[in-house]
Amino acid sequence: MRYLYLALAVLLTFGLIFIFNSRLVLPAPLGALLSPQHGIWQNAEATTTNYNDDVLLPDLEGKVDVYIDDRLVPHVFADNESDLYYVQGYLHAKFRLWQMEFQTYAAAGRLSEILGEGPEGRILGYDRTMRRLGMVWAAEKSVEEADKNPASKAQYEAYAKGVNAWIAQLSESQLPIEYKLLGYYPEQWTVLKTTLFLKFMSYDLAGHEDDLEFSNARDFFNNADLETLYPFIPDSLPAIQPNTPASPYPTQAAVDLTIPAGADTVYFKHNRPDSITRVPAQKPEKENGSNNWAVAGSKTKSGRPILCNDPHLGLNLPSLWFEMQLSTPQFSAYGASFPGSPNIIIGFNTDVSFGFTNAGRDVRDYYEIEFKDEAREAYRFNNDWVPTSKRIEIIRIKGKPDLMDTVVYTNIGPVMYDESFQPTEKKVKNLAVRWKAHDASNDGAAFYLLNHAKTYTDAVKAVRQLKCPGQNCLIATRSGDIGIWQQGEFPAKWRRQGDYIMPGQDSSYFWRGLIPAEENPHLENPFRGYVSSANQVSVDGTYPYYTGDMFPVYRAMAVNKWLDTAQQITPASMMRMQTSNFNIKAAMSRDILLRTPVAALNESAKSYFEKYKKWNDQNDPGEEGATVFTLWWDELEKKVWKDEFNQTKLPLPWPPEYVLLESLRRDSAYHFIDDVNTPTKETLEDVLASSLTAATDSLDKLQVLGNLDWEKAKDTRIKHLLKVIEPFNRLHVPVGGGKGIINAAGPEHGPSWRMIVEMTDGIEAYGIYPGGQSGNPGSRYYDNTISDWAAGRYYRLWLMKEAEKEDERVRWVMHFRKA
Amino acid sequence: MKLLINILLTAILAFALSFWFPWWIIAVAAFVIAIVIPLKPWQSALAGFLGIFILWVLLAMLINSRNEGLLAARISQLLLKTNSAGLLILVSGLIGGLTGAAAAWTGSLVRRLKMNE
Repeated sequence: MRYLYLALAVLLTFGLIFIFNSRLVLPAPLGALLSPQHGIWQNAEATTTNYNDDVLLPDLEGKVDVYIDDRLVPHVFADNESDLYYVQGYLHAKFRLWQMEFQTYAAAGRLSEILGEGPEGRILGYDRTMRRLGMVWAAEKSVEEADKNPASKAQYEAYAKGVNAWIAQLSESQLPIEYKLLGYYPEQWTVLKTTLFLKFMSYDLAGHEDDLEFSNARDFFNNADLETLYPFIPDSLPAIQPNTPASPYPTQAAVDLTIPAGADTVYFKHNRPDSITRVPAQKPEKENGSNNWAVAGSKTKSGRPILCNDPHLGLNLPSLWFEMQLSTPQFSAYGASFPGSPNIIIGFNTDVSFGFTNAGRDVRDYYEIEFKDEAREAYRFNNDWVPTSKRIEIIRIKGKPDLMDTVVYTNIGPVMYDESFQPTEKKVKNLAVRWKAHDASNDGAAFYLLNHAKTYTDAVKAVRQLKCPGQNCLIATRSGDIGIWQQGEFPAKWRRQGDYIMPGQDSSYFWRGLIPAEENPHLENPFRGYVSSANQVSVDGTYPYYTGDMFPVYRAMAVNKWLDTAQQITPASMMRMQTSNFNIKAAMSRDILLRTPVAALNESAKSYFEKYKKWNDQNDPGEEGATVFTLWWDELEKKVWKDEFNQTKLPLPWPPEYVLLESLRRDSAYHFIDDVNTPTKETLEDVLASSLTAATDSLDKLQVLGNLDWEKAKDTRIKHLLKVIEPFNRLHVPVGGGKGIINAAGPEHGPSWRMIVEMTDGIEAYGIYPGGQSGNPGSRYYDNTISDWAAGRYYRLWLMKEAEKEDERVRWVMHFRKA
Repeated sequence: MKLLINILLTAILAFALSFWFPWWIIAVAAFVIAIVIPLKPWQSALAGFLGIFILWVLLAMLINSRNEGLLAARISQLLLKTNSAGLLILVSGLIGGLTGAAAAWTGSLVRRLKMNE
């Protein structure tokens, strides 16, 4: 009997341990997670945590002192560069290890390993897209390229060693909370992980295209409609570089851009039957863009230039950015860095400041491949059969067997779409992708040189290192220079080359060459006293190269409008500008919307119309008119275009933000106004009324919930990278602004870093990002800056000198010494 | 009195061992103390429960207080669908306590068997 009880007790004990330790019975190992000495409690940092530390590491050569201020920003002082980047890696890992790793898993198409295949296989689909796009292949080439440059190689390796030094001393109870919740462990960091991360930024910024949808548009619309719906040069464009005598475009292209013979039938022909029916679910965020501008001393109160930059990216926790200072006896740089990569990315040093906006040039094109046979060992090219190579991608899936995905590689690039990954239901289309990010490049070199730049010339040389993603690189110096270069290695294209899928058999469709760097759009010390960019088209139609389609324009108009008349500028006035909620599109469309026949509206629509009339065109918190305008204009676009677009089931690109307004201005008899499904011919007044009426449904729903105020309707949220861990998200952030507005804060996307740098001798700089320096949701530094960011406040950025180490702003000190 | 000593020793041993071993070492601690200190099985089980329960609740309360409840608010929402640090602390204690009780019960039964040999 006694033995029976014993057996029961043993069973119970082991049973409980098993239940509380595995994920097989309960969804989480509650024993491991809730043990105060092991689990999540260990991540609940004391709010008075002392970050002082003496760290002994064998790989250091000299000594490094890190002074941490009260915003948890580390100011790193090293004797040599190897130690500097080693400690940068260590600190990035200390504060943001999980995020760094997770982002490289995403870049490498390895999310299924951690998260499983996801609902409806969505995560697996994402991974396959990344693999087939050649992300890992491109990153491997970057490692080879970095190896050729001894300084780069040393830097990346020091950084990796620093990250690994942190990982090595992590005990299981000290793991970041996400590892505990998901049940995996950090891997060793490698140079490949850094290049993968940088390639992911390329994907996010230069990976967007609508080529498949555009091919459909060419198939469906006639030429006149195509040019009306998708004009790549808006009427109201303030180009980044206007063509002026002081700063002229090249008169002709450096490369032969004769359109290939037969293009009229092969490429430009409309009304084709074999269009793409399925477009990729996975695309980089279209709104990824930014603002930057620099004003010359002639327009500032201090007489020195002021540089401003606010990159618009997905708003996540932990933030993409990590503020820090990097100093050696040779240089001192401060700004926003990327956990995952060495260097300061957007910031300044003692002489030069630098910032970036996305160029948005189309450097990702598709070519249709004709394989010799089902074996796919060769493809047709210029009347020859060229051999292919194959790469087997192994995708590990949590809880399921591995998936093997064979990707065929041609000399153009990987065949991203084929019979196993189809873009169309009808017949198999094999599409190879030519992406600039596939070309060998040392992606970090530009930032390294910018961090060390002493003069304007140094900075331009640094910027020339950038190959992909193309960026509008902004420079301002203490000596008074300002300049902007749209830099990247851009393919020299003929008009509309790359907008549609091209034939892969004909080499005359390939990228003919690269635009010489000196001919890239740029503007330096212009008479008007400022340079600026906000992702608009960089040049007008007289530039001899084609720069692509679908650029926004309204933020650029708002920026230039402000700067044209501004005088005696100070950092404070730049803060007001950077957080401006002025809706220029609303102001420009007001006279059209006021033509609405009020008598044709019902009571509900009339009340919304009144709110719109009273509105001051500012998307400020509290403004109901902003909500009315936004929903109304959306419905107007749908009323105008949906009837024509719905005549086909093909996915089509939606026209850019300026098209409807400019079309209505240009042509009051704009034929799209007519609803093709009705016998009557609708007028502009008809659709104005019907679209407002259509919007009242959604407006009513918002009003009932008390969410008609703009910031509540927009409902900006900053989510943890895992998205689904609700309590790690920060919801209902009360911030105004929006798309097409300088303060580009959208629902999940917006100014991820705001920076203003006045190039006085002491460098007066301000900055803020919505999040916190710590990636630990248990830390008080996880999301502590969000309220200030939403309110438009800035923090003073401190480019510290080592002599200031007794300053009261220094809260903690970490001493790194050789072991 | 022996009960109290048992509870105290279980807690101390579990606390010490947890610095080097995974969380389930609390079971080993409760088991060992139950073998060493003679009590009726139900009393051992109670001591095992209370030893770990009190240890985990006290530690969690201390950590939570120093953290000003920041993480507990999030985790309780995640795991228990309600914003309550207190509930999370209680659940933590119960899980540890149950494990400790089962292990201590096992220990006391082994002791009994060994005693009768």
